[in-house]
Amino acid sequence: MKIVVCVKQVPDSTAKVVVEQGRIIWGDAPLVINPWDEYAMEAALQQREALSGTVTAVTIGDESARETLRRALAMGADDAILISDPGLVNLDTQATAQVLAAVIRKIGAVDMAFFGRQAIDGDAGLVPAQTARLLGWPALTLASVIKVEGGSVHVERGIEEGRQIVTAKLPAVFSMTKDFGEPRYPSFMGIRKASRVEIPAWSLAGVGIAAPVSVITWPEIINPPSREITCEYITGSNPDEIAEALAAKILAEKVL
Amino acid sequence: MNTWVYVDHFKGNALPSSWEAIGVGKSLGQVTALVFGSSVETLATTAFEHGADEVLLAEDASLEDYRAEAFATTLENLASKQMPDLLLFPTTTRGRELAAMAAIDLKTGVMVDVTALEVVGDKVTITRPIYGGKLLTRETCSSKPLIITLRGRAFPKPMQQAGRSGKLTRVAAATGDFPTRVEGYTTSGSGVSLADAGMIVSGGRGVSNNPAFTPPPGLDEKQVEVWRGQQGFVLVRDLASALGAAVGASRAAVDAGYIPYVHQVGQTGKVVSPDVYIAVGISGAIQHLAGMRTSKVIVAINKDPEAPIFRLARFGVVGDLFQIIPALTTALKKKMGK
Ligand SMILES: Cc1cc2nc3c(=O)[nH]c(=O)nc-3n(C[C@H](O)[C@H](O)[C@H](O)COP(=O)(O)OP(=O)(O)OC[C@H]3O[C@@H](n4cnc5c(N)ncnc54)[C@H](O)[C@@H]3O)c2cc1C
Ligand SMILES: Nc1ncnc2c1ncn2[C@@H]1O[C@H](COP(=O)(O)O)[C@@H](O)[C@H]1O
Repeated sequence: MKIVVCVKQVPDSTAKVVVEQGRIIWGDAPLVINPWDEYAMEAALQQREALSGTVTAVTIGDESARETLRRALAMGADDAILISDPGLVNLDTQATAQVLAAVIRKIGAVDMAFFGRQAIDGDAGLVPAQTARLLGWPALTLASVIKVEGGSVHVERGIEEGRQIVTAKLPAVFSMTKDFGEPRYPSFMGIRKASRVEIPAWSLAGVGIAAPVSVITWPEIINPPSREITCEYITGSNPDEIAEALAAKILAEKVL
Repeated sequence: MNTWVYVDHFKGNALPSSWEAIGVGKSLGQVTALVFGSSVETLATTAFEHGADEVLLAEDASLEDYRAEAFATTLENLASKQMPDLLLFPTTTRGRELAAMAAIDLKTGVMVDVTALEVVGDKVTITRPIYGGKLLTRETCSSKPLIITLRGRAFPKPMQQAGRSGKLTRVAAATGDFPTRVEGYTTSGSGVSLADAGMIVSGGRGVSNNPAFTPPPGLDEKQVEVWRGQQGFVLVRDLASALGAAVGASRAAVDAGYIPYVHQVGQTGKVVSPDVYIAVGISGAIQHLAGMRTSKVIVAINKDPEAPIFRLARFGVVGDLFQIIPALTTALKKKMGK
């Protein structure tokens, strides 16, 4: 089984992110692997354990994104590729998908491509389905259960109404949700091994495509208007009295 | 502007954010609703009643179940013939995925999970939250058609006008061999969908913290913890059902096994925006706030006066949830005449 996992580097989810002079800053919070992509890594590693094969982590980013690939390697990826080029800045999701689809083709003979459900910086959740569409592969998004048998795969997908159970043929694209199961922590051995792996960098020329054209632009990023809220504390001499007063407040807000 | 609106549904039950999208389309001009499925003509009627001028109805056994490839190709076939200016989708799991694919098929971009939109002539600028709502971005798209997914409850739902009608056009489903097969569903049976809920009562780790509950004998430590949490959620559910609210949860409650993941609110769960969000025994970690900070009114019940949730709350009670919640449920039932 040849498996690719697409991972993105993002500011840590606890970072205080603000805009200053038009630029997004996150203080001294670390850049980390997108938390959803850890689930993608976990799913990929489980498939490799069940079916044997290799797991390759791929990221589009600058030199600093090597750290995210090291994390994927430490979790257990066999190898990693950094896609880095001056032509790859401010990509919208369809441009990202074009590059990732080309990388997956270039790697060749890939059976499964894993993605996170969404990147927690742009919160788009579009790249997996877009990459699948470009490759002409089934998009098995929001997966929580994956079982491969022969060339076909059984997947449970999270939808608003519960789960949809589907079967499809490989190769396919998967995006992972949290109820797949907690991602593993890198082992000490894994971290040591990861620090020694050579990570090649591919430029656009190396991938064999021209710079993709982004059509979405974001001329302005702003801090959300601060919500001036002062909490009105409901008090009383006993729980019933408090409940009575709170019930009245809630019903006054409820749009009936 | 000539707008198409994708009506998202499950077995003929539309997700209400589809009607919100029709409302947005109407404010910009002519609206054509897209209804794909099998035996879904009543949805076309409902789309007219919510303001659609025309409905393109693709009814076919092959569209009985949602499958991304079959639905996206049906849409592509229609759009490539009579290109709309704007394609609107509700930001549901299916809507987001179809929008993503339509952008590839029609060689354009997607502006996703939009909470506001501004139109000057034919220039559209949207606003949407990023970084889990820590920032807002304004976006434009330089190519046509424009594809936008709208966040549920960010736009008003148009009034349904019984008997209103329009032009019904039957269109063909995509033919071809779409290799994905739907084997079935497991439904969560969780009642009101969180994203569409006007009210939500959410429980956190605190709901397991009642020393007065005596667990049944023979459970190990982990099982006792789960049992305690589930007992706590009985109180949360009672309150929710008194209000007709949906039930949410923090990640700590989900991870501990008190309640399934479908109920999780937050950065790695659902993003919700109800009129009233009642947080019970939830501390208000930043990742939880990412999922509910746009709620109109937040009510917090927590025994710790320093809990960060109070900073977002309009109303707060500092106290023991095991005393307050049952009393609140009783008080609400009484006031609502139940
Ligand atoms: C990458 C990442 C993603 C995450 N995504 C999410 C997410 O999507 N959603 C999410 O919720 N969290 C998420 N988290 C976890 C988050 O950081 C917190 O750990 C979690 O929200 C805490 O849940 P809690 O408030 O229920 O528990 P706690 O923080 O333990 O709070 C429990 C609260 O209950 C109160 N309490 C206890 N007993 C009582 C009582 N008898 N009466 C009243 N109050 C009581 C306590 O005072 C306390 O404030 C994420 C974390 C990470 C790292
Ligand atoms: N720059 C990138 N490099 C590699 N993978 C990416 C990149 N951006 C997005 N992805 C993948 O696509 C998923 C969804 O991203 P998005 O659609 O941007 O929310 C992520 O969880 C990653 O798996």
